[in-house]
Amino acid sequence: MGSLSDKNYLNEFPGIWSWLTTLDHKRIGLMYLGAVMFFFLVGGIMALLMRLELFAPGGQIFSGDGYNQVLTYHGAIMVFMVIIPGIPAVLGNFFLPIQIGAKDVAFPKLNLASWYVFMSGALLAVTTFFTTKIDTGWTFYTPYSIRTQTAVVTMVLAVFIMGMSSILTGLNFIVTVHKLRAPGMTMFRIPLFVWAIYSTAIIQVLATPILGITVLLLAAEKILGIGVFDPKLGGDPVLFQHFFWFYSHPAVYIMILPAMGIISELIATFSRKTIFGYTAIAFSSIGIAAVSFFVWGHHMFVSGQSEFAGVVFSFITMLVGVPTAIKMFNWLATLYRGSISFEAPMLYALGFLFLFAIGGVTGIMLASIGLDVAFHDTYFVVAHFHYVMVGGTLMALMGGIYYWLPKMFGKMYNELWAQISFVFIFIGFNVTFFPQFILGEKGMPRRYFDYVIPYESLNRVSTVGSWLIAIGFVISLIVIIQSLRKGAKAPANPWGGKTLEWTVTSPPPHHNFDVEPVITAGPYEYR
Amino acid sequence: MNSDVTQIAQQVNSLYDFLLITSGIACAILIFGMIYFAVKYKRKTNNDKTPYISHNSFLEFLWSFIPLVIFMIVFAWGWIIYHEMRKFPKDSLEVHVTAKQWQWDFTYKSGKTSANEFYVPVNKPVKLIMTSMDVIHSFYIPSMKIKQDVVPGRYSALGFKAEKLGEFYVFCTEFCGTAHSAMMAKLKVVSQADYEKWLQETDEGLSMAQLGAKYYNEKGCVACHSLDGSKRVGPSWKGLFGMKDHEMEGGEKLIADENYIRTSILNSQDKIVKGYGPRSAMPAYQGQLNEKEVAALIEYIKELK
Repeated sequence: MGSLSDKNYLNEFPGIWSWLTTLDHKRIGLMYLGAVMFFFLVGGIMALLMRLELFAPGGQIFSGDGYNQVLTYHGAIMVFMVIIPGIPAVLGNFFLPIQIGAKDVAFPKLNLASWYVFMSGALLAVTTFFTTKIDTGWTFYTPYSIRTQTAVVTMVLAVFIMGMSSILTGLNFIVTVHKLRAPGMTMFRIPLFVWAIYSTAIIQVLATPILGITVLLLAAEKILGIGVFDPKLGGDPVLFQHFFWFYSHPAVYIMILPAMGIISELIATFSRKTIFGYTAIAFSSIGIAAVSFFVWGHHMFVSGQSEFAGVVFSFITMLVGVPTAIKMFNWLATLYRGSISFEAPMLYALGFLFLFAIGGVTGIMLASIGLDVAFHDTYFVVAHFHYVMVGGTLMALMGGIYYWLPKMFGKMYNELWAQISFVFIFIGFNVTFFPQFILGEKGMPRRYFDYVIPYESLNRVSTVGSWLIAIGFVISLIVIIQSLRKGAKAPANPWGGKTLEWTVTSPPPHHNFDVEPVITAGPYEYR
Repeated sequence: MNSDVTQIAQQVNSLYDFLLITSGIACAILIFGMIYFAVKYKRKTNNDKTPYISHNSFLEFLWSFIPLVIFMIVFAWGWIIYHEMRKFPKDSLEVHVTAKQWQWDFTYKSGKTSANEFYVPVNKPVKLIMTSMDVIHSFYIPSMKIKQDVVPGRYSALGFKAEKLGEFYVFCTEFCGTAHSAMMAKLKVVSQADYEKWLQETDEGLSMAQLGAKYYNEKGCVACHSLDGSKRVGPSWKGLFGMKDHEMEGGEKLIADENYIRTSILNSQDKIVKGYGPRSAMPAYQGQLNEKEVAALIEYIKELK
C-alpha cells in the first residue's frame, strides 16, 4: 500500500467484483471502452471479409446469403455497438463529469445499469449469430424483414434493449450538465466537448424511443401479423422507413456531434489557443441537434414519397450544412496564429478536418434531390457515410483515445508508433473509400455481393486500401496495449490542456477532485 | 457507361460538375488553409504566446452566408431536375413492370411480355408503371441517372426518353435478399421499326434449346446459374448434363440426367448440390413452369457442354 496520494480510481478498490459493481463514471467509461473495442474488432473483421469478397466479381469466399449476413452484422455492430456508444458512453462518461467539475454523473447507479442493459442487448444480438443469423441489412426494411426466415425478432429486441441503455445514458448526462456544474462553471464556460455530448444526449432521449416503438412494431408484425407494415395484410412497408429514419437520421448526429466535440478540444489544446467562435460552435451543436429531427425524408427521395415532401426535406437538409460549415471554418480559424504541435491526437484532428470536409461536401451533393435520385443506394452513399462516420467519428474517437489515454491510465504511449498507425489509417482510408465515390457515380449499387466487370479495378483498389486500414488499427492496438503494460508515467498535464481534467492527477483520484474547483474563466484560456 | 442518353442525365451531370467544382474549392480552402496554418504556425518554443481571438462577427457571417447561398442554388437546381424527372408526357409509351425476387417482368399494352430485358423506341417518352410481388425493389438505370423504388401493394412510376440507341443496364438498388446483385435487366433502345418488329416476335420456329435459352433469361435462372462454369448463388449449368458422381449435400452421388434436372427445377429442396446447402436458396418452380418449359430448359442445358 502506498501513501494516500498514490491512490487513484484504478487502484483504490481492487478486484474484479469492485469493477462489476462500480458506480464510478470513470470505471464505467472504461468498461464501455472494452466492449466497444471488442465489437469494433468484430465489425472490422467483417468489413475486411466483405472487401475480400468484392476483390473480384463472382463469388470469392461467400455465398450471396453469407455476404448479406456479413454486411448486416457489419452495419448493425458498427452502428449500434461501436459508433453510437463509442464517444458518449466511453469518453463522455469518463470526461463529462470531470470537465464540469463534478464528482460523478447525476445518477451513478443508473449509469452502471445502462452498461448492463447495453451489454445484455449486445449479447442478445450476438446470440443471433449462432442461430439463423440475420440478413436484412442494419435498416430492417419491411417487408423483406417480415418475410425473411432469419432471426429478425431477436435482433430488433437487442436493438430495443441497447436503445434503452442509450436513453438512460443521455438522461444521465443532461441532468449532470444542468445540476452538477462546479461553482462558477456557467453554461458558457463548459468545454465544447460537454456541449457536444449534451446536444447528443438530447437527441438520444428524444429520438431513441421512436426506434424502440418501431422495432417493437416490427417484432409484433412478425410474430402476430398485426398488419402495420405488411402490404399483404393492408400495411404500408414505406411507413416503416419513415419511422426508422425518424430515429436513425437524428442518430447520425448522435454519432457525429460528440466527434465534433473532441475535435474542438484537440484543436484548442494542440494549437495552445482559445477556440475561435466558442458560442457559434456551441449553438451549432444545438442547432444541428434540433434540425436533425426534420430531415429524415432525405433517405427516402425515391421511396415513393410525394414530390412536395421530397423537396421540403431536401431544403431542410441543406440547412444542416450551415452549422456544419460554421464549425469547420471555426476550427480552421483556431489554427490561425496558434502554436501548433503534431502529436498523434492532433494528427487525428487534422485528419478529421480533411476527411470531414470531403464527407460534408458529398453530403450536400446527396441533399440535392435531383442528384440524390441518381446516387441513392449506390456506392456514392457508402463512400459518403464512411467519410463521415469513419473519417469523422472514428478518427475523432482515435484522437480522443490518444489524447486522454495518459489521463485515463496514467501512462504515456509511444508517439512514433502512434503516428505511424495514423499514417496507415489515414492513407488506407482514402484508398479504400475514395474509389467508392467513383464507383457510385458510375452506378454500382450498394449491398451487392457481385458486380459487372466495369467495376472491377476500382473495387480492387478499395480492397487493398482496407488492408492498410487494418494494419493501422493493429499497430494502434499494440501501441495502446504496450502503453498500458510499460508506458512511462504520465504527468498531470502532458499536452498543456486548459480544461479541468488536466488539473487533476493522472489517473484521477476516485472522487475526481480533492478540493472542489471554483471556475473563474472560460475553458480555453490561453493568454 | 455512357451517360448522355437522356436530357435528364445531361442535366444531372451538369449539376454534378457544378458541385464538383464548388466542393473542390471549398475543400481546397479548408484543406490547404489547414496545411498552410499548420506549417506556418508550427510550435517554435514551448512558451509560444498565442493571441486571444474569441470571434470575428464579419468572418463568421461570411462563412455562414456564402455556404447558405451555394446550398440554396444547389437545392433549387436539384428541385428543377427532380421536377423534370417526375413529368410524364401524355403520349408516353406505358410499360408495366412487375418485380419479384429476383427478376424483372415487363408487360406491354399489346400483351407482349418479356423478362429481364425490354425494348423501347428511341426518342419516345416511356412511362414505367411498376409494382412488386414480394419485397421492395428499386428500378435503377445508371446511364440515365434515374431510379424509383418498386413497392408491393402500390404502383410507382418512372419516366425517361432515350435519345440514343444502345443497350443499358438496369440494376435493383433496394436490398432484396440472396440474389439482389444478380437482379439485373437490359434496356434496349432501338429504332421505331426494330421496336415494332420485336413486339411482333413470337416463339414460332425456335428449337427446343433456343426456347430454353429464352426461358433461362425470362424465368430468372440467369440470376443464380452461370453458363461459363463460374459459381454464383447456384451451381453453373456448364457441363452439368450427364455429369457422373454429381455429389449432393449428405454425400449422395448421382448422374445428372433428365429426371435429376427436372426434380431440381420443380422441387429445389429435394436434391441440393454439395456446397449449396443445407437449404437451397432456390424457390420451387412446381406450378410455375409447364411441361414444355421444363423440357426446353433441359434441352438447353444439354447443349451447354
